[in-house]
Amino acid sequence: MAKFENIRNFSIVAHIDHGKSTLADRLIQLTNTVASRDMKEQILDSMDIERERGITIKANTVRLNYISKSGSEYILNLIDTPGHVDFSYEVSRSMKAVEGSLLVVDASQGVEAQTLANVYTAIDADHEIITVLNKVDLPAADCDRVAEQIEDVIGIDATDAVKISAKTGIGVENVLEAIVNKLPCPSGDIERPLKALLVDSWYDAYLGVVVMVRVKDGRLKKGDKILMMQTGATFTIDKVAVLKPQMENIEFLGPGEIGVFTASIKQVRDTRVGDTITLDRDQCIEPLTGYKPSQPVVFCGLFPVDSSEFEVLRSSIEKLALNDASFSFEMETSAALGFGFRCGFLGLLHLEVIRDRIEREYSIELITTAPSVIYQIFKTDGSMLELHNPADMPDAVKIDHIKEPRIKATILVPDEFLGDVLKLCQDRRGIQNDLTYAGARAMVVYDLPLNEVVFDFHDRLKSVTKGYASFDYQITGYSADQLVKMQILVNDEPVDALSTMVHRARSEARGRVMCEKLKELIPQHMFKVPIQASIGGRIIARETISALRKDVTAKCYGGDMTRKRKLLDKQKAGKKRMRQFGRVEIPQEAFIKALKTNE
Amino acid sequence: MSQLSIYIHWPFCEAKCPYCDFNSHVRKSINQEEWTKSYISSLKYWAQKFPKSKINSIFFGGGTPSLMSDRAINEILSTIYKHWSIPSDIEISLEANPTSSESKKFKSYSASGINRLSLGVQALNDKDLKKLGRLHTAKEARNAFDIASCNFNRVSFDLIYGRQYQTLKNWESELLDAIKMTMGHLSLYQLTIEDNTRFGQLFSKGKLRGLPEDVSSVEFFNLTQKVCEANDLHAYEISNHCKKGQECKHNLTYWRGKPFLGVGPGAHGRVDINKKRYMTEAPSNPELWLNQVQNSEFKNFKFEQISHTAHAEEYIMMSLRLKEGMNINHYTNLAKDELPNDKVKQLIIEKLITLENNILKTTKTGKLLTNYIIRQLLC
Repeated sequence: MAKFENIRNFSIVAHIDHGKSTLADRLIQLTNTVASRDMKEQILDSMDIERERGITIKANTVRLNYISKSGSEYILNLIDTPGHVDFSYEVSRSMKAVEGSLLVVDASQGVEAQTLANVYTAIDADHEIITVLNKVDLPAADCDRVAEQIEDVIGIDATDAVKISAKTGIGVENVLEAIVNKLPCPSGDIERPLKALLVDSWYDAYLGVVVMVRVKDGRLKKGDKILMMQTGATFTIDKVAVLKPQMENIEFLGPGEIGVFTASIKQVRDTRVGDTITLDRDQCIEPLTGYKPSQPVVFCGLFPVDSSEFEVLRSSIEKLALNDASFSFEMETSAALGFGFRCGFLGLLHLEVIRDRIEREYSIELITTAPSVIYQIFKTDGSMLELHNPADMPDAVKIDHIKEPRIKATILVPDEFLGDVLKLCQDRRGIQNDLTYAGARAMVVYDLPLNEVVFDFHDRLKSVTKGYASFDYQITGYSADQLVKMQILVNDEPVDALSTMVHRARSEARGRVMCEKLKELIPQHMFKVPIQASIGGRIIARETISALRKDVTAKCYGGDMTRKRKLLDKQKAGKKRMRQFGRVEIPQEAFIKALKTNE
Repeated sequence: MSQLSIYIHWPFCEAKCPYCDFNSHVRKSINQEEWTKSYISSLKYWAQKFPKSKINSIFFGGGTPSLMSDRAINEILSTIYKHWSIPSDIEISLEANPTSSESKKFKSYSASGINRLSLGVQALNDKDLKKLGRLHTAKEARNAFDIASCNFNRVSFDLIYGRQYQTLKNWESELLDAIKMTMGHLSLYQLTIEDNTRFGQLFSKGKLRGLPEDVSSVEFFNLTQKVCEANDLHAYEISNHCKKGQECKHNLTYWRGKPFLGVGPGAHGRVDINKKRYMTEAPSNPELWLNQVQNSEFKNFKFEQISHTAHAEEYIMMSLRLKEGMNINHYTNLAKDELPNDKVKQLIIEKLITLENNILKTTKTGKLLTNYIIRQLLC
């Protein structure tokens, strides 16, 4: 085993597109960790969705061997962490596994909201931070301005920032030097009982569950019987390895080292991120602090478009759940949509990722219902109910008051769009906490209800700021407000999948917009179709779809037959995507589109 | 002997009309001789494949086939006469624009064998003609019609209604004028805004104003039916009206699901081989078509069998447009399956169709909802 002074463990903090993955690629290349013929872009992002979206969902690690300019040999362990707020707990555990971070900032763009949250997590984990200014080769790069911004906004010294271009390779050597010279080495005691942090885990079709760990004390070796201190489960280690990034077996992992092991674990659920691993026979006295079981924050219903695919959906959800402990599900029946699942996610990105994976990897087309947050319903009898689905709302007379989750949202936006952003936050029941400037950009901090954000806040924000704003949030707690359940009636029948929780003051406007939208989305029928929004039996908005009276093609000759038949094929496919509701057919996209607001 | 109809597509126009989404193109000059040769070699190719057929009808459509030289028409018809059997009552139609330069050719067209002319009059007032992008005036159209009626026994013309800012009253008097002129056949099309047309672009930007809304478009259609019926012009198809016996034989071929050859750029055909239905389609780009025909690359043209289901669906989509309706036994034979009984019953209850002696017809209300009925029966 290498000496502590020859080990450096670090992570990279960056906003999306600021070059985190490219820098990781360069570090891997410069240290000859991967033969050039095996090199590919974003080598650490293994899922298709990660590569396509340019995001990291699962943590990954790679061990680099580096000989410094002074001639010493070092082992550098890089943990690539997810950058998104949905995975903030996972990020915080990854940060606990290393001693330092590279803060990568695009020298032409400057600090973004997402960077802030992650860099604070790194600071909380007592990291030494090396500032790296990337993309210095771009004509728009302005290192001095961005360094100043980093000092102003984040409050860390950026005078020694390393200036690089990960794309061209300029300055990347200096990053390696900074890592060995500036970051602290790990510490620990190999003689004490094993104490290791479970950083992440994933399912491998050949190996079973692969667990990524950081050893704090003791050693972890093949044949050891280990104990997961939070879950109490025990396993026997089959294999210990480091990732380069291919698995390379080693004899054992000692203090300060990062690596992976397998132990015939069948389900990712049995391995909790943040858990402490010790030896079953020779246990450490206290587990590591900071463990939290993962809590879903956003819920939505997933239904198969083709209702005969329910069983396929069930098995695909079960398989995905094996690999993702943070995602919960239970069966749900909807009068409008049939059988499906109510699923809980860490956030909206997590929801999208899971939905994409089901559609892609299992070829099931899905209807996604409106995302909902967890409401705390305080009943008159003194009990409290956690409401995941507006359809399950108890009778209004039994409710004393309702609390909803609130967030602290941080938005960085160029000055010219500030007015629009403030209006958007205000419209979403936001309370302004802070407004400061960093150069030509404003940083606004708002206290917002999560339910106003889960749906299309991010889309709206992007659209009002032409994509120039960045946004991040943290959940701060629950507070009571005037919340009501709004129902939508189509042809006088309530459609459960369209029920939403809204603030009383905004309910009429919301109801009107939804009715107008549905009028566009639901095709004409042979009879008039009224669409109504109601709160507790009181109609607050109404639209009517007029009856179909004319649908005939004026010109149809020999040359039109093929085209007409293709159109018919399309209509047949569309028919499959319709949900029969009483006498009315509702296209499946209506369930999500009706909720989008264009305010 | 099997029976066939031939459609010949001439893809060129003097100008593209803003409502038209047909395969038509504007070119500075066209080498008529070269094009004639290619039509002739295409016809020879088809004659080889279907030698023993009787030709019921020929239709020159477009584009603007009245821009073809009389020599081209002559040689094309001679080729058809030479290779197939031609009955004495064959119908040979040509579409023509009612401009003065084109009406000069009517006499020689008639001499070549064309015996039915279809004029693209579209409107009988200059303001609307201009809005519709037409190059002729109402007066020219009337003159062209007079010349045509001297040269052909059968002359039909097209009108478009439901135009911008058109009132029911204006349309009624215009239609009555048209009926005074007619020789027994009128095609009356309600203006349809198609994507990929100039009108389509304007419409999507909200710049095509004054079009009839839902309700009044129904009124326009019903008025058209009423006025024509009162004047002995029966709606034998959704947009086609005629005196008894004046039906366009060629178009009935399509609506009755009978086979036809399609010759020319973008032309579609339907042919039967060993009781199997095939669809054919030539490349729609005029120059590409010319080039491929010149190199005898007919194998590049689409020629594929369609499923019996698709064949049966085409039969419904086309034949339900006819007043005479469709024969459900014929459908069952083609589809090897019956129409969904519950849907048929429901449509009868809704008074949209009738079913008597195995003939399924749309009712007066149903006619306006033909597409809906087709969807109910087939989706």
